[in-house]
Amino acid sequence: MFNIPTHSFYMMIFVVILLITGSLIRWRLQVKNPQTDYLELKQRIQSWWWMIAILFGILLAPTTISIIFFALLSFLALKEFFSIMPTRQADRRILLWAYLAIPLQYYWVASNWYGMFLIFIPIYVFLFLPMRAVFIGETKGFIRSLGTIHWAVMLSVLCVSHIAYLLQLPVKNEQAGALGLVLFLIFITQFNDVCQYIWGKTLGKHKIIPKVSPKKTWEGFIGGVITVTLISGFVAPYLTPLTMVQGFVAGTLIAISGFVGDVVISSVKRDLAIKDSGTLIPGHGGLLDRIDSLIYTAPLFFHFLYYLHY
Amino acid sequence: MNRFLKILFFALLVKPMVLLGLGLNVFFKAKLPKQGPAIVAANHNSHLDTLVLMSLYPLSQIHKIRPVAAADYFLKNKLLAWFSLNIIGIIPMQRKHIRDTSVLFAQCHRALDNGDILLLFPEGSRGKPEQLSDLKRGVHHLIKSRETLKVVPVMMHGLGKALPKGEMIFVPFNCDVVVGDAIPFNSDAKCYIDSVSDALTLLLALCMTRQSVVKDDLE
Repeated sequence: MFNIPTHSFYMMIFVVILLITGSLIRWRLQVKNPQTDYLELKQRIQSWWWMIAILFGILLAPTTISIIFFALLSFLALKEFFSIMPTRQADRRILLWAYLAIPLQYYWVASNWYGMFLIFIPIYVFLFLPMRAVFIGETKGFIRSLGTIHWAVMLSVLCVSHIAYLLQLPVKNEQAGALGLVLFLIFITQFNDVCQYIWGKTLGKHKIIPKVSPKKTWEGFIGGVITVTLISGFVAPYLTPLTMVQGFVAGTLIAISGFVGDVVISSVKRDLAIKDSGTLIPGHGGLLDRIDSLIYTAPLFFHFLYYLHY
Repeated sequence: MNRFLKILFFALLVKPMVLLGLGLNVFFKAKLPKQGPAIVAANHNSHLDTLVLMSLYPLSQIHKIRPVAAADYFLKNKLLAWFSLNIIGIIPMQRKHIRDTSVLFAQCHRALDNGDILLLFPEGSRGKPEQLSDLKRGVHHLIKSRETLKVVPVMMHGLGKALPKGEMIFVPFNCDVVVGDAIPFNSDAKCYIDSVSDALTLLLALCMTRQSVVKDDLE
């Protein structure tokens, strides 16, 4: 079918079945309790359909188009950061330069220039932005501004671009293809979000970091880590070059770092006293609200995989 | 022909730019007046304000949305005047006629009689980035004789960062557009203007980007 590697194709079918199940459950809930308002749940599931459709479409397209898509994702994420975080009026030019890092970073990805892809943001952008700011000459609030700007670029450009670079790695699992890696990363990350939520809802008692996220509990966290570790061990050999044991480790890594990514973005929002980072995705909030865990899992999974197999 | 150009301009340039270059967090869009005669009273920090407000309306209705704008600025040269009058469809306001209000507002009244929706910026000028200046009383002159006219306050935030007064370079930012409840009529001009000002300040609290302003800039 469309030359999709078989394992990745079955994985996509599986995700679509999960979505259909979700939609049916929502529909049954509504029929059972006609009084209750399920608008947010409905919006959430509808948005999931859109996101999955876009993601699958992009992954099946030629690699260059997929890379452009992830560049767009970085742009939207960075824009959301810059829109909610305090920046000075004098920082406008620096922000523009920060945006310009996106096409360059993804050009390194597209041209398969691994070394440049790794150091461009932590070295060149890191050193360049303060220099540009010095020429503007506003020193009041300099430290805070440059700190926040570079932090936002690291999270939304460097971290997100690791997803795109997965597509450029030589294929080692022929049946899954390059997109198998991306499917694995995104599926396990999102599955972890769902597992932690469900375990927390059913067993949750002991709060883990009440000041940041009052709904997160130890039970949810541990339940999530165990479930995701197990599932990941079984799925990894199917979609990636990882063995089962390596898959278990990858699962633990994704589960823990996904949780961290989630609460880091929560802290940002709590600091700014806002609930969501935007309104891009109906029922979910902003883009950052959706990819918060992925920002952390993508580079960590990438380098775990790279160290073992490339 | 001009209407065709106008639709083209909004469909190919303004809407995509607002969608991608800016990105809007729109709250309570349903409260925007769908049909004229009505007035939308918004805060003003950027030239983008007008384009963003107009982009909220469907292409088929865009010719009914009439921004009220200063004649001395927007009609200052031929090209800008043609663009402002035909593509944007502004109602030019001759600020020097300020003494004779019947002359000053004649075109606005004609547009309202025609069932148009007027975009008014009661601050009068764009002012400092992301700050609400004192409101002018012009709106009240306009609605004095129209007690039932719907006046809807709209607070926009973030556009003063994307393209502030005196800057040529556009920087992408998400912007908030919060639509409020229609402002009840009051025959006293000061009370009325205060209630518009209060309504706008109240809507500011709902803006997601409200924290993005650094306090030093406000001084």
